[in-house]
Amino acid sequence: MRKSRFLLTPVLLWLCLFLIVPMLIVVGISFLSRDALGNIVFSFSLEGYKTFFDPLYLGIYWDTLVLSLLTTVICLLVSYPLAYYIAGASPRIQTWGLILITVPFWINFLIRTYAWVLLLRTQGVVNSLLLWMGWIDEPIQMLYTYGAVLLGMVYNFIPFMVLPIYVALEQMDKRLLDAASDLGASRWKAFRHITLPQSKSGIMTGAVLVYVSTSGMFVVTDILGGAKSSMISNIIQQQFLGARNWPFGAALSVIFVATSLVLILLFNRAMQARHQRVGEGR
Amino acid sequence: MKKKNHPLLGIHSFLMMAFIYVPIIMIIIYSFNDTRLSGNWEGFTLDWYASLFENRHVMEALMNSLTVAVISTIVSTLLGTAAALSLRNLGRKGRTGMNGLLYLPVIIPDIIMGLSLLVLFSQLNIPLGKTTVIIAHITFSLSYVYVVVTARLSGMGKQLGEAAQDLGATPWQTFRYVTLPQIAPGIISGALIAFTLSLDDFMVSFFVAGPSSTTLPIYIYAQVKRGISPEINALCTLLILVSITLILLAQYILNRGNGQKKHKTLPI
Repeated sequence: MRKSRFLLTPVLLWLCLFLIVPMLIVVGISFLSRDALGNIVFSFSLEGYKTFFDPLYLGIYWDTLVLSLLTTVICLLVSYPLAYYIAGASPRIQTWGLILITVPFWINFLIRTYAWVLLLRTQGVVNSLLLWMGWIDEPIQMLYTYGAVLLGMVYNFIPFMVLPIYVALEQMDKRLLDAASDLGASRWKAFRHITLPQSKSGIMTGAVLVYVSTSGMFVVTDILGGAKSSMISNIIQQQFLGARNWPFGAALSVIFVATSLVLILLFNRAMQARHQRVGEGR
Repeated sequence: MKKKNHPLLGIHSFLMMAFIYVPIIMIIIYSFNDTRLSGNWEGFTLDWYASLFENRHVMEALMNSLTVAVISTIVSTLLGTAAALSLRNLGRKGRTGMNGLLYLPVIIPDIIMGLSLLVLFSQLNIPLGKTTVIIAHITFSLSYVYVVVTARLSGMGKQLGEAAQDLGATPWQTFRYVTLPQIAPGIISGALIAFTLSLDDFMVSFFVAGPSSTTLPIYIYAQVKRGISPEINALCTLLILVSITLILLAQYILNRGNGQKKHKTLPI
């Protein structure tokens, strides 16, 4: 017992000092103000939170929410069939499918985002191809558009959605499906009433992962959206590294984390409510 | 599932895989393309790789990345393994709490972790540099090591250790000759994962790196913001190859150590 405490202390200290304390400081700073030079002034102020209610920032906040939710929905729609396919395939295809889905996790997202610059820019691969095939007469502006940002987000986070759904489908009791078909249920009915509800936990995990990752990802807007589009995370980053308005940046960070938590909670609630209704219906 | 998948599902899955891999493969192909600007194929060349090794900034960033990765891997492996070992002997309540704390770095968005460390370092007047990057990397890596080693530990019973102690082994001997050999695959693959994460990290490093401690991903980011260049294609290709090799190695060691019981995916 004594030995285990002795082993645990360094980790505990490390995480408190470099994880918990820094986050508490950020929450603290969000209630302070700053002087003209950007130095923090130690007096209570809601200045940071007030700045957030500027229409400019409220607009960006709303755009972030929409973009993140849109990314989540698109990821879900394209990933579910893929996860379903892998879960129902032969063991050989399953193994390979999983490897192919996991590998992108370990390729830097910076590189994966950059790949789209290569593809989408005016002299890029896609435009060259379209020109060569004679489908267009002059290059289309694809880079630095909203579509490019959305595409980049979806592209980066598809694996986050596929894996949890796959895991849920894989753990499902397949005998239920046999029972359903024995009892005369169509494939669609069996899917609708058995597979889908059973994979809910996977959808849930995937959606949370994609949502949280998207809303915190300032690099994709930075690289694929150019200067035009920005998200809350871009503003946060600018406040800390450029503008040096730390109380505002800290307030935004608190709002950012709080929003994610509330959405996760709401989502969780909605899923459970649906689950109960399905349960009662049976 | 006994029922065969619908052919449309197969087509969709194939297209998805193409969607995921074509962009990555494009970078690799273009890193060998003998042109600076055009999107067309102008012939094969290795010039871009050669010019990488002559680029002082790239070499400096590489050295920084390797220094940070090596040191943070060693420390986070020690800390993560110690946490995994000691948590096993903890009561249920303490274990749940500590488990939550250790999972926190995995859950917290990178941007929040980066900026809060920046705030901490600036409040403590610690100048930003390699040290601060190393501290940041240790903080997120140790959780991953902890997760992998714990998974390995939970796969083995306590009987062997208890048997050793019954036969008169000291706690150190038990650890050295019984526990350690058993969890070694977990520790090694945890270390490989920590190394890869450190080498690849951009978000957290971006906040806590100083001008003298530019790592490879930070260098790539700065270059990408200025536009595309064939050298960056070459650099990205190399980084992709290194990451994938390390991770497959980690997976292989973990699987081999587990015998028949296969881990399907790495914990993420």
